Amino acid sequence: MNGRRGPSSGARGRGGAAGAAQGKDGAQRRPMFRRRKVCKFCSDKIDDINYKDVKLLMPFVPERAKILPRRISGACATHQRKLRTAIMRARQLALLPYTSE
Amino acid sequence: MNRKYELVYVVSPDATEEQVADLQKQVEGIVERLSGEVVQVDNWGRRKLAYEIGRHKEGTYVLLVLNGSGELMKEIDRRLKVFDIVIRHLVVRVDEDQAIIERTREARQATSRRRRTARGLPPDRQPGEGQRGDGDDDRDDRFDMGLDM
Repeated sequence: MNGRRGPSSGARGRGGAAGAAQGKDGAQRRPMFRRRKVCKFCSDKIDDINYKDVKLLMPFVPERAKILPRRISGACATHQRKLRTAIMRARQLALLPYTSE
Repeated sequence: MNRKYELVYVVSPDATEEQVADLQKQVEGIVERLSGEVVQVDNWGRRKLAYEIGRHKEGTYVLLVLNGSGELMKEIDRRLKVFDIVIRHLVVRVDEDQAIIERTREARQATSRRRRTARGLPPDRQPGEGQRGDGDDDRDDRFDMGLDM
């Protein structure tokens, strides 16, 4: 830690090299561009994520009945959190499954 | 302390009509005794459970919206645990969440009105204008239709 931080020029040099490597990496990955996801609840203006609304929650618990993670569902932090509580409440009432079979 | 709660309980499908009615009466009795108030009763009827509870695959769902204190809900919770015919129940406090929802909705409508007037349009969306909007009634497929949320 100390050794790396000490000589400022060295640190800069390393950082620069790392940055260049990342840049190259990014350039290679660019063809695999994916459309940026938008939060479904924000765009549809759904304020109320309710545990009784099974139809709304269903798409967020696919086959294995696990909650769809944010990186896939695309929901924003607030709405993913609300979604999670709603799903957990619905599960308690056997409106949604905990697991499939 | 008056708060708004939602109570959902699932009754075993083996229970007779009278037993269900009796249970409902008992719950309402507790609410009355502890100076609460039943705002709404909604019987969802018999539904398939998402997973088996004991040996049950179906259950009758009943939703109650209550005004009352925390002690009341504690008592109801305790009593519902005792009944054999109740296979699941859930108590949720809803007044705070509903207030937040109401606030965000109003804030959004206010900004939309402001922007529309700035663009020289009438403040409210005209029927059939543009994309489907907030005011359009698309909630009829919702599960909890009866609620004023």
